[in-house]
Amino acid sequence: MAELIGQISTSHVPAIGGAIARRLQQDPYWKPFFDGYPPVRQWLARNRPDVVVVVYNDHGLNFFLDKMPTFAIGAAESYISADEGWGIPIIEPVRGDADLSWAIIEGVIAEEFDVTTCQEMSMDHAVTIPLQLLWPDGPAPVRVVPVSVNTVQHPAPSPARCLKFGQAIGRAIAAFPGKARVLVLSTGGLSHQLDGERAGFINPEFDALCLDALIDDPARLAGYSNHDIVALSGTQGLEILNWITGRGILGGGAAREVYRNYHIPISNTASAVQVLERR
Amino acid sequence: MTVQPIPGTHLFDSAAARKGYALNKMCYSFNDAANREAFKADEDAYCARYGLNEEQRRAVRERNVLALIAAGGNVYYLAKFAGIFSLNVQDLGAQQTGTSVPEFKAKLQSYAKFNDAVKRGELSHG
Repeated sequence: MAELIGQISTSHVPAIGGAIARRLQQDPYWKPFFDGYPPVRQWLARNRPDVVVVVYNDHGLNFFLDKMPTFAIGAAESYISADEGWGIPIIEPVRGDADLSWAIIEGVIAEEFDVTTCQEMSMDHAVTIPLQLLWPDGPAPVRVVPVSVNTVQHPAPSPARCLKFGQAIGRAIAAFPGKARVLVLSTGGLSHQLDGERAGFINPEFDALCLDALIDDPARLAGYSNHDIVALSGTQGLEILNWITGRGILGGGAAREVYRNYHIPISNTASAVQVLERR
Repeated sequence: MTVQPIPGTHLFDSAAARKGYALNKMCYSFNDAANREAFKADEDAYCARYGLNEEQRRAVRERNVLALIAAGGNVYYLAKFAGIFSLNVQDLGAQQTGTSVPEFKAKLQSYAKFNDAVKRGELSHG
């Protein structure tokens, strides 16, 4: 039986990829950020996932506006990364888990979440950077199931819908007959805004509310509209939808927070990493 | 129900997605290094090939981020355009807010005083 072992959520700022490539982990600007990951890696060493279901948003590598799925699930045997135009290193292809992917697809569509299915999918920095943060010596010793959420073009799925979608994925994982230890990896956020006269907007109070609510009251986040979230967290702060979806996958009632780090600024972003386990 | 506009914030909604399609499609093409080179070799011809309108072409020529957004650009695609000139999101932020890059970075840094409280879980419960 597949077993959900926990949820790791982390920022995926592209500049992190540049810092990894230039080995800036001990640089004063970067150290408080990178110091947040050894405790996460210790947790991983104890908990040994075989499969990572990674919930993220594509930034214009795999999807363009010609075809923009609200929810898409990868169902490939492997996934490549590729040039995104501004020079962060690409990583080796990662292994997929097509059996689990299709089990999830069948499960969620049976629950009326009519997702787009992808037998080819390129993964951008929103997947590659979190994998590099968790397994810096690479390649990641896990199989990956990518779940893409549209946070780019409005209307995006509501927080309530994302939570329910995640819960449906979680039920499909729990029903999967194969043996697998499954980690949920949600990426993006927290508050940040890249565009407009309000560029540089950050909201630590709302970030704190999100981190706390994800532990024991995700329904509180489901009560917001996407317009509320943009107002409170910035245009790209909407990436919290990936964390909310992931929290739905983790399921259960209140979770236990094993670890968190929070650091402003990384580039234009309030960065965070959080590890949750089911109680 | 009226939704209050968010000051200084331009949602990338259906109106923007329609208006900016050609511009964003051109920027999406910059995932490919050969296309970045082709743009650099002849910007006007490259813009013409993607059917950019005059507003979009002027914004491209002027490297004006707010004008690119007003012309329907989405920042995730525009970042690929900016990358051609080695501009990162902090450069874009400084330009859009009318500050220098050091001033923009200093403003971001000013939020660091909240780090410990959020890390310890002491902020939202206040």
